[in-house]
Amino acid sequence: MQSEPQAIKRALGRTLIRSSAGKTRTRDARVINLGDRVFYIATRTLASCVILLALLLVGDLFRGAWESIGQFGLKFLIGTTWDPVARQFGTLPTIIGTLVKATIGLLLAVPISIGAALFITFYVPKWLRPIISYPIELLAGIPSIVFGLWGLFVMVPVIRVVQIWLKAHFGWFFLFDGPAVYGVGVLSGSVILAIMVVPIITAISRDILLTVPRLQIEGMLALGATKWEAIWKVALPYARVGLVGAVILGLGRAIGETMAVTMVGGNSFDLIHSLFDPVHSMASQIASEFTEATYSLYVSSLIYVGLVLFGITICISLLAQLLIWRLSKGKVAIFE
Amino acid sequence: MSDVNAAASRRRFLRRKVTERLAVGGMFLCAGVTIFFLVTILGYVLYHGAAAVNWEFLTSLPLPPGENGGGILNALIGSAMVVLCAAAMAVPIGLGAAVFVNEFPTAGFGRFVRFLAEVLTGVPSIVVGLFAYALVVRPLGGFSGFSGSVAYAFIMIPIILISAHEAFRLVPDSLREASLALGIPKWRTILRVVLPVSSRALLTGVVLAISRALGEAAPMLFTAFGNPYLSFNMGKPIATVPLLIYTYATAPYEDWHQKAWAASFVLLVFVLFTSVLTRAFLRGKSHE
Amino acid sequence: MNNEGYALDESRGGGMEPRTPERAQQPEPESIRIEVDGLSVYYGKTRAVKNVSLAIKSRKVTAIIGPSGCGKSTFIRCLNRMHEVTPGARVEGKVLLDGSDVYGPGIDPVEVRRKIGMVFQKPNPFPTMSIHDNVVAGFRLNGTGDRHLIQEKVEKSLRAAALWDEVKDQLHEPGTSLSGGQQQRLCIARALAVEPEVMLMDEPCSALDPIATAKIEELIHELKESVTIVIVTHNMQQAARVSDFTAFFYMGELVEFGITSKIFTNPDKQQTEDYITGRFG
Repeated sequence: MQSEPQAIKRALGRTLIRSSAGKTRTRDARVINLGDRVFYIATRTLASCVILLALLLVGDLFRGAWESIGQFGLKFLIGTTWDPVARQFGTLPTIIGTLVKATIGLLLAVPISIGAALFITFYVPKWLRPIISYPIELLAGIPSIVFGLWGLFVMVPVIRVVQIWLKAHFGWFFLFDGPAVYGVGVLSGSVILAIMVVPIITAISRDILLTVPRLQIEGMLALGATKWEAIWKVALPYARVGLVGAVILGLGRAIGETMAVTMVGGNSFDLIHSLFDPVHSMASQIASEFTEATYSLYVSSLIYVGLVLFGITICISLLAQLLIWRLSKGKVAIFE
Repeated sequence: MSDVNAAASRRRFLRRKVTERLAVGGMFLCAGVTIFFLVTILGYVLYHGAAAVNWEFLTSLPLPPGENGGGILNALIGSAMVVLCAAAMAVPIGLGAAVFVNEFPTAGFGRFVRFLAEVLTGVPSIVVGLFAYALVVRPLGGFSGFSGSVAYAFIMIPIILISAHEAFRLVPDSLREASLALGIPKWRTILRVVLPVSSRALLTGVVLAISRALGEAAPMLFTAFGNPYLSFNMGKPIATVPLLIYTYATAPYEDWHQKAWAASFVLLVFVLFTSVLTRAFLRGKSHE
Repeated sequence: MNNEGYALDESRGGGMEPRTPERAQQPEPESIRIEVDGLSVYYGKTRAVKNVSLAIKSRKVTAIIGPSGCGKSTFIRCLNRMHEVTPGARVEGKVLLDGSDVYGPGIDPVEVRRKIGMVFQKPNPFPTMSIHDNVVAGFRLNGTGDRHLIQEKVEKSLRAAALWDEVKDQLHEPGTSLSGGQQQRLCIARALAVEPEVMLMDEPCSALDPIATAKIEELIHELKESVTIVIVTHNMQQAARVSDFTAFFYMGELVEFGITSKIFTNPDKQQTEDYITGRFG
């Protein structure tokens, strides 16, 4: 692209041609002040729109959920019955379903992500790094509906086979004592979440690990450490805070994920007892029921669920931002 | 050192070497697993979907289930309209806010807006759908393409803001100072110097945001809602590709499943295309 | 004078009898710790170090001086195979530590670095470890977990680095809570803890103030009784103060090597003289 002097010339050239060359000095000053002021106000308004949008979001969620909040209060969160016919709404099963799927998903994803990130950062030669990182970033960009489709038609049959095998051999264990033939359920939901979250955690972890100063690693190597020991004892502790941030970001994504989990996580409102039980997550509950909600308390309750989901993900997101921001001092951009 | 000590030391050393080998093997496996899943998913979409994508698929309307043929034209057009309308709202806000944050740095306010944008990228898309529902669908009394645009815009604004902000940060101050030193007012400097110089990165950010929004199905569930017919009316329900995939995939008809794969293929091609494009764009820039 | 005294005299003194050129100060073979033979280092196509041969004497301080970019750091990093950490670096020639080639087949750099320690230009204590843990970070790698042994090690190494009295009450503070000079001494203690035979110091004082520098120079003087030291420095006065032997590098080549007093008062090569007197550099 252009070099700096050229860029200046081209940009200024266009400006100079159109600048107020013929006007008098005083008129220039007034025009300048006015122009700047207008521009300032305009952009500041647009920036304020962002804040306004956030406020509107929170406000509308509260407003929509108000009827249900008034009816159930905080008992909504611990109630175990979700029965639209009886007008009883409690979301404990789906809260648990969400958290369990997200947790198991992360337990599967985190070792793989950090392992992959370590491999890419420290064991892959520099020229090869983008070639391996690129497919992983690509995976992060695949829409969740495609994950859901693949999950439903390709992954679930495989999981079904695994589940049936597990039940046959280890059915006495409470985790494997459930309806193995469904295929959809906690296990499927967790696995698809893991697959979706791995690229995100890997990409951020890799960026964070790249900020570990070489001097530190060399210091450890100079003491007679193997490369792995230098990574384990110096690089990982150094990057600790940021890596936790990356994991938390992944957790937020897993909790808020909708389409894929709706398609493979199962549609039930019962408390889960095993890995094979189907259960809604908060997001899949809203996705499935919203257009069927026929009366206002029903709709309001679903929005209440949305509010709870929002609250949880915002807290997680804030925590992740603070951790990653603090470690990398703004060197890492986190949006997807 | 006695012989025993030397032997023990040797054993410890060997153990360290073995540990390293195992660790490297493990890490390699992790990277391999990740790539494996990418390949598997892309492969299946290709396998199931590519065959069904043909001219008819892209240019005709859906037929009732059971009848062979038909296509997703309504969804393609619907998606394009909803996303472009969303971009029309999101780009000015995102860009304008980014300009403010970077070019008029005030203590706190600008940084807060940037921080807020980062936090907003974490809002689940289903919640964004609820927001658009409460803001647009309820007052207007019905589903509409426009409400879908509002939802998409909410998703796109933080992405555009953040990438634009980063792009502006990369523009060297010396350019701005050179312009100001010539007596050119600040607002002109921004419009005629800063924006053009960062235009590549800005465009990349917008394209990424569009690509991201196009794939989102959840917000469409109760905003744009879907429509089996071709429609150009943004005030009424309209079909979008991701929502169509969901509807077809969860329906009991085999040929609809086939179409879901095909539509996914189209979506993936688009996502891949924009990804490659933006990569090439950005790499071109870094060769300055 | 006994035999040893005579031998010492001969190795330290210059020119009582005519010597062979270049290796003029060729000492007794037993007191050579490291022998570098025809060392060349390539980064890609560029040759950063050109066919260098010299002998590092045991329990003496050898200084490496020369203008920026002359290959001093590259050279010293080859002695403990640290250059291998940079991708694209290639080495030809031999580095013999007590007779065996550091680059020999089957020799693991990890073992080499145990025997040849290094202190870097910028102090680099590990920020996530306490002072105590920093000191034994290297020692713990291949050693036992014996708490007493470790405690002893910490005290012994910190004393050897003249840091014990200053930090003995704050051993559990993070390593980075010390001043620059103290951090560097901590790094020296850390390097000493693994009991290396040779200590490489790559411009150890360049990031420090004069007082801290003086302390480290004093430390070097004490350390050389037990450890062979090779120090790279861009500060000629420092080289004159602390070293017994000096090697002058220019553009990747060893221009002259000899007893420090001779190099600084009566060098053989014109180039050396020009550098010493500040005509360039």
